[in-house]
Amino acid sequence: MANTDTYPRFLPAGDSAILIQFGEKIDVQINQKAHALATFLQNNPIQGIGETIPGYCTLLVHFDLRYTSYMEIMNILRQKAPQENFLPKPDPRRIKIPVVYGGHYGPDLDFVAQHNHLTSEEVIRIHSSSVYLVYMIGFTPGFAYLGGLDESIATPRVQNPRKHVPAGSVGIAGMQTGVYPIDSPGGWQLIGHTKKILFDPHQNPPCLLAPGDEVVFIPEPVEEHQ
Amino acid sequence: MTLRVLESGFFTTIQDLGRKGYQKFGVPVSGVMDTFASSAANRLVGNLPDAAVIEISPGGATFIAEDDCLIAVTGNGFSLSIHKNQFPFWLSIFVRANDTIRISPQRNSGWAYLAVAGGVKVPIIMESSSTYIRGKFGGFEGRVLTNEDRILTGSAAPGWKQKAGSRFSHEYLPPYSESVTVRVIPGPQLESFSSAGIQTFLKSPYQIITESDRMGYRLEGPVIEHITSADIISEGMALGSIQVPANGQPIIMLSDRQTVGGYTKIATIILADTPLIAQCPIGSGLVRFQTTTLEIARQSYLERISALEMGIEETEDT
Repeated sequence: MANTDTYPRFLPAGDSAILIQFGEKIDVQINQKAHALATFLQNNPIQGIGETIPGYCTLLVHFDLRYTSYMEIMNILRQKAPQENFLPKPDPRRIKIPVVYGGHYGPDLDFVAQHNHLTSEEVIRIHSSSVYLVYMIGFTPGFAYLGGLDESIATPRVQNPRKHVPAGSVGIAGMQTGVYPIDSPGGWQLIGHTKKILFDPHQNPPCLLAPGDEVVFIPEPVEEHQ
Repeated sequence: MTLRVLESGFFTTIQDLGRKGYQKFGVPVSGVMDTFASSAANRLVGNLPDAAVIEISPGGATFIAEDDCLIAVTGNGFSLSIHKNQFPFWLSIFVRANDTIRISPQRNSGWAYLAVAGGVKVPIIMESSSTYIRGKFGGFEGRVLTNEDRILTGSAAPGWKQKAGSRFSHEYLPPYSESVTVRVIPGPQLESFSSAGIQTFLKSPYQIITESDRMGYRLEGPVIEHITSADIISEGMALGSIQVPANGQPIIMLSDRQTVGGYTKIATIILADTPLIAQCPIGSGLVRFQTTTLEIARQSYLERISALEMGIEETEDT
């Protein structure tokens, strides 16, 4: 186990970005540090610092070589990174996502049930009774990495990834669950589908979900999904 | 002013310098593969360097100018003919209405950039004109150009015709080649590789294989050995990141890269050298890697930017 004093670590991600690592595991508190620093940098612009990308336990900070240097940015971040106030958002938003589970909308629901020695109804009940936390957005536009999947329905990815997974598909991959915001290839076990729009390039912000949000899935009958 | 697409080629898109500030929403930067060539083309026709251009894939493309216009074509590994006459790249050219502009691939083509005075005009999505194909947004209806598409441009600055004949001096070009050595900063996951693996990476030539695209160039060569798992907890990825998955074959992350990735990254190509890798031909290009320092990297980048200004030779006669 690494001593907590060794974090944050500062790693070069090329000549114009620094990767700040707040830990090396998926953990709410570590994740909050990355988002807190991202928010701080957004609210307190520093000359030369460009966009940042929060990860599970990292923040990638881009900077513009025309205005600053790696060492200059590193010295600023070394001071700021550990000082920030890492309190969670006081009132996380809770976003409800209606889902039609199984059948045509969730072709892998039965496999997820069999794999975990459960019935399909039990998988639906377990999946829709957890509160999930948005750790980060990535992979495709608007894709939220959610934490909080009940271990009893964890399932490995499909053997042959699909070339086309429709937007709105709800899936499970290992200990993760999530919703495909756009049509894309994908290897997750598809258990259901939502009509909720998770990504719209014409809206600002373009994403329904943001880091720190809570997500709950609400089972919905097929008729209401037409 | 309008350009009509006669032969679109297989992956011709509208791009600018990319969509900045939306990666936290999972939105890739996109933008031109070779920022140097596109910026030079824009300067040659009097545009700002970040004006939208047409990026032409290694298959080439043909257009018809529906009005008089001023164009410049830049890039590596193509030839240019206008109304059946050959013209050099890196030159601003006055084109008459109904002239055909043909950009033909040569043996080792990278990407070509067609800039038009006034800039290509498409709806701005998230502050950028760049096309992101997988997301089906940006650029021309969120897709690659197809035959008979009509591309509109903005109004050119007054006196635009006088720019015709400006050229970009070849001595200021990046050393484009089908066999390049690109400089890298090691990390961020250098510690995931054995010292033998790191030596393999730095001493071996890697070929850019055909399964490469605007998202990333896949390389094939000696296997780079890990000492840890090849998977990491997903984190943000910079332009030029070199991911090495469990098979030990590197992937260079380029314009349409995902915002986050879950493979170990052995090194990142410095910004000054990203045009070199972008223009190294898919399917035949050879790449070698050489470590450098952050100081040299920054110096090289600043030199590349000043080369964009120094390289322009304004026409002397009007």
